[in-house]
Amino acid sequence: MKGTHLGEFEEIVLLTIASLVNNAYSVAICDELSTHADRTVKLGVVHAVLNRLEEKGLVKSELGEATSTRGGKRKRYYSVTGAGKASLLRAKEIRDQLWQKIPQLTLNRI
Amino acid sequence: MKNNATRRGRAPKSPRPPKWATKFLQFYCRPSLLEDLEGDLLEFFDSNLKTRGAFLARLIYIIDVLKFVRPYTLRKPSFANNSTARPMLANYFKTSTRSITRNKLFSGINIIGMAFSLSVGLLVIAFVSDIFHYDSTLKNPDRIYRVYSSFQPSGQPTMKLATTSWKAGALVRQQAPGVASVAILRNRFSGDADINSIDNKVPVTGLYADENFFDVFSFPLLKGVASSALKQPHSLVLTQTTANKLFGQGDPVGRYIKFDTVNYTVTGVLQDIPKLSHIQFEMLVSLSSIDLKDTSTASSDGTYMDWNNFFSNYTYVLLKPGADPAAFNAALDRIARAENASRPTDRHVALHTQPLKNIHIGGQMGNEIGFVANPVEVYMQCGLALIIILSACFNYTNLSIARSLKRSREVGIRKVIGARRMQVIGQFISESVLIALLSLGFAFLIFLFIREQFLSLNPRLDSAFSLALSPRLVLAFLAFTVLVGVVAGLLPALFYSKINAVSVLKDASSLKVFRHLSLRKTLVVVQYTFSLIFITATIIGYNQYKGFLKFDLGFKTENILNIKMQGHDDAVFAKQLSALPAVTGVSRSLLVTCLGSLTGSSMKYNDPQDSARVDINYVDENYLPLHQYTFLAGRNFLPKPKDAPETETIVNEETLRRFKIGHNDPSKAIGETVLIGRKHLTIVGVLKDFHYGTLESRIEPTALEYVANPGRYLNVKVSSTNLPATMTSIESLWKELDKVHPLDADFYDAEIEHAYSYFTVMLKTMGFFSALAICISSLGLFGMVIYTMEKRLKEISIRKVLGAGNGLLVYLLSKSFLFLLLISALIALPLTWLFFDRVILARFAYHQPIRPGELLIGPAFVAAIAFLMIGAQTLKAVRSNPARILKNE
Repeated sequence: MKGTHLGEFEEIVLLTIASLVNNAYSVAICDELSTHADRTVKLGVVHAVLNRLEEKGLVKSELGEATSTRGGKRKRYYSVTGAGKASLLRAKEIRDQLWQKIPQLTLNRI
Repeated sequence: MKNNATRRGRAPKSPRPPKWATKFLQFYCRPSLLEDLEGDLLEFFDSNLKTRGAFLARLIYIIDVLKFVRPYTLRKPSFANNSTARPMLANYFKTSTRSITRNKLFSGINIIGMAFSLSVGLLVIAFVSDIFHYDSTLKNPDRIYRVYSSFQPSGQPTMKLATTSWKAGALVRQQAPGVASVAILRNRFSGDADINSIDNKVPVTGLYADENFFDVFSFPLLKGVASSALKQPHSLVLTQTTANKLFGQGDPVGRYIKFDTVNYTVTGVLQDIPKLSHIQFEMLVSLSSIDLKDTSTASSDGTYMDWNNFFSNYTYVLLKPGADPAAFNAALDRIARAENASRPTDRHVALHTQPLKNIHIGGQMGNEIGFVANPVEVYMQCGLALIIILSACFNYTNLSIARSLKRSREVGIRKVIGARRMQVIGQFISESVLIALLSLGFAFLIFLFIREQFLSLNPRLDSAFSLALSPRLVLAFLAFTVLVGVVAGLLPALFYSKINAVSVLKDASSLKVFRHLSLRKTLVVVQYTFSLIFITATIIGYNQYKGFLKFDLGFKTENILNIKMQGHDDAVFAKQLSALPAVTGVSRSLLVTCLGSLTGSSMKYNDPQDSARVDINYVDENYLPLHQYTFLAGRNFLPKPKDAPETETIVNEETLRRFKIGHNDPSKAIGETVLIGRKHLTIVGVLKDFHYGTLESRIEPTALEYVANPGRYLNVKVSSTNLPATMTSIESLWKELDKVHPLDADFYDAEIEHAYSYFTVMLKTMGFFSALAICISSLGLFGMVIYTMEKRLKEISIRKVLGAGNGLLVYLLSKSFLFLLLISALIALPLTWLFFDRVILARFAYHQPIRPGELLIGPAFVAAIAFLMIGAQTLKAVRSNPARILKNE
C-alpha cells in the first residue's frame, strides 16, 4: 500500500490542485500554498511533489497555450485524476473516523 | 553588428536572468520537463524583480537553477537512451580506423610521439601507485601512528628526528589515552651470525623490537607465535630470506645463533618484508636483550632510559578504534612538557605524531628508519611527465587542425546527412582515443624498458620501488590513455564540430583555418619553450656537476684510496700496505671529508662567553702531507705515542677570522691556545682554507686534532700504474685481516662523485626528459611544416614562375617557424637562467658561474634540428616543377 499512500504535503498539494480548478500550474500552486496554508513553500519542492504525484497516477498534466509572459514558455496544468480523488476521499475518511472517535470531553481538556 | 545592436537595445527594458544559469538548466534538465521549468523560473524571476530588485532576483534564479538538480530532473546521458548510440560507436570506430590508415604521416607522427610520452606517463603512474601502496599490506594502517621528536639546537633551525627516546615510548605506553598497543624499536643491531662453526660467519643486520611489535605491525609470521616471539631476552625472529641464508632449508625455530659471545634463540620466521614497506630488516631482536642496567655503553646522550637519549629508538602506536588522535597528541605534549620541565637543559624535546601512511612521503627526517620519498621530487616527476604528455597532445591538436582542409569536406557531408554537433565531436574524440590506445601498445613496451633503466639509476630507487604491474595498474594505464586521447582530441573536435556545412561544401578554402593559427603558434611556442628549458637545464646541470668534481678543495685527492677499517686495528695492516711497492704513503683519519659526513665540537678562545662550532677531523702525522694541504704558517703534527695526551691542533684561516686569533695573521696565531670541547690545545699550524663539507656548505672554522690512531679510515696513496694489480694485493692483505667482511675501499675521487650522485640521477632524468621533449616537439614541427608546404605549394609555384630564387623561397617559408623558435628561446633562456641562479645554485655556497655559452648550446642544437627539417621540406617543395602543380588546377 506504500505506493498509493498520501503524505501530508502531498495531500495538501493535491487539495490545492483540486481547489485551483483550471489554473493549477506550479507557480500558482506554490502561491496558493504560501497564502492559504501559511507556510513557505519552495518551487523546487512543489515540483518534486507534482512529479511524484504524477508518477503515482494521482494527477495528470498537460501543457497549456504559449503566452507572452514567462518568456513564451508554456505552463503545465495539473488536474486530479480519479485515483487522486479516491485517495483524497480516503484520507478524509480516515481523519473523520479518527475525529469522531475522540470524545468531546477529552478534546476540551487538552 | 546588427544583431548586437538589437540585443543591446532590448537589455535596459528589463533585466534578464543570467544566461549561463539558463544554459546550465537546459544542459542538465530533461527535455520533457524543461519548458515548464524554464517558464516557472522566469515567472518567479519577474515577480522577484518587482519585489526584491534585480540583484536578488538573479541570485534567487541561480540558486533555484542549482536546486532543481534532482534525480528526476536530470537528463539521461544521450548514449543511454539513444538507440542509435551503439551502431554510431561502431561507425566512429570504422571511420577512425580508415582515417588513421589513410593519413599515415599524421598517424605515424602522433602514435610515435604519444607512445613516448605515454610511456613516461605510465612510469609516473607506476611510481605514484607504489608510493600510495607503501605499507598497504599492514592491517589497520589508518590507526598506526609514529611518534617522532623535534628539538632546536641553539642557534640552528629545528631538527626533526624520526626517533624518540626509549623513555618517551615507555611514557606513551603508560599515560597516553586511546592506545591499543605501543611498539618500541631500536635501530642497528648488526653482527656476524655464528652457527656452530667459526668459518661460517655471516654478517646480518636487524632491528631491536619489543613484544608488542606484532600487535602494531601485522607482518605475517610463517613460524613461531606472534605474541611471545619477542618476549624473552635474546630471541630472534628471522625473515624467510635470512633464515634460508643461515640455515638453508632446515627449520630454524629453536636453533641458536651466536653473535660475539652471546647465544640468541630463533623464535620465529617472518614472511619476507614487502618491498613497499618503510621498515626493512633482516631480523628482529627482542628489545629485552638489552640490559638496561648496563651503563658501559652509555654515550654522551646518557643511558638507555634517559629522556635526552632520543637518537636510537622508534615508537609506533596502534590507537584503539575510534580513538581521538587529537587527544593522543595532547597527551604527547603533556608528557614532553613534564619531562622537559624536570631537567634543566637547553634541549627541549617535543613529541609529535605522524600517521603511518604519511611516513614514506612525509619528507626526510633525521635518523629515518628506511626509505622516504621526497615529495618535491615526486611532484617534479609528475610535472615533467605532464609537460611531455601535453606536448604530445599539442602535436595531435596542431596536426589535426592543420590538415583540416582535407577533413572539413568529410565533416560537411556528415552534417548535411544529419550528424549533430555532439556526433561530430564523438567522431573526432574517438579517433584521438583510438590513436592513444594504439600508442599505448608501443608505450607499454617502452615502459618495460625504461622501468629497468629508471630503477638502475640509483640503488636507492631499486630497493624502494618495485613498479610491478597489477590489474589495477593496467586499468589505471587504460583510463589514463583514454583521458590523454580525449584531451588531445578535444580542441580539434570542437573546431570541426563548429564547421558550417554549406560554406565548406561550396568552397573548402573559405574555411578559416588561419583563424586558429595563433592557437597553433602558441602551442608550438609552448612546446619549444619547455624543450629548451629541459635541454638547457641538463647542459647547465652537467657542467655544474663536472665543476663540482673538479673543484679545488684545497687539497689533492688523486689516487688516494680510502679504506674503511671496520673496527680492526690498523697497525699491522698499515705496515703491510706501506711495504707494497705501489703504495707511496699511508695516513689515518677519523673521517673522509668533503663527502657530507661531519663531526664537530665547540671552540672557545680568550673570551669564555664566545663559543662557536668547529668542524673537526682526527688525523695522524701523515695525513696533511699525503693530501698536500697548504700550510700558511707553522708545522705539521709530530708523531707521538698512542696514549700521549692531545696538546696540539692545526686550524684553517676561517678559524682565525672567526675568533680574531693573532689579528688574522697566521704566523702570529702559532702558539695560541684554544679550548676545543674540553681540551686546551695549542695551535701549531695554520692551513689555507680548504673544504670540509660538500660544496653546498660554506667553509666553516675547522680544526684538525692529532690522534696516533684515529682508527676509522686508512688513506692510501698509490701510484697510478697497474691499479688492478695493486687492488688485488691490497685485497689479499685485507683477507688475512678479516675473513668475513669484504674490503670496503674507494678512491677519493670516486667517493666525491658518489657524494653528488643525486645530481647524476637528476641529470639523467632531465636528459631523458629533454630528449623526449625535443623529439616530440620536432615531430610536431615536422608535421606542421609538411602540411604548410602542401597548402602553399601553389603559392610557391607561382612565386617560382614569377622568378623567385630557391634561397629566397626557403627563407620565406622557414622564417615563420624560425621566428617561433626564437620566441621560445627568448622565453626559455631567461627562465632557466633565473631558475638555476636563484633556486638550484643558491643552495651551493661554491659553484661555477653559468656561462652564456652553456645557455646557447641547447637552442643552437634544437634550432639545427628544426632547420634541417624545415630546410629539407621547403627545399623539396621549392624544387618541385611549378608547371606540373599549376597544371592540376
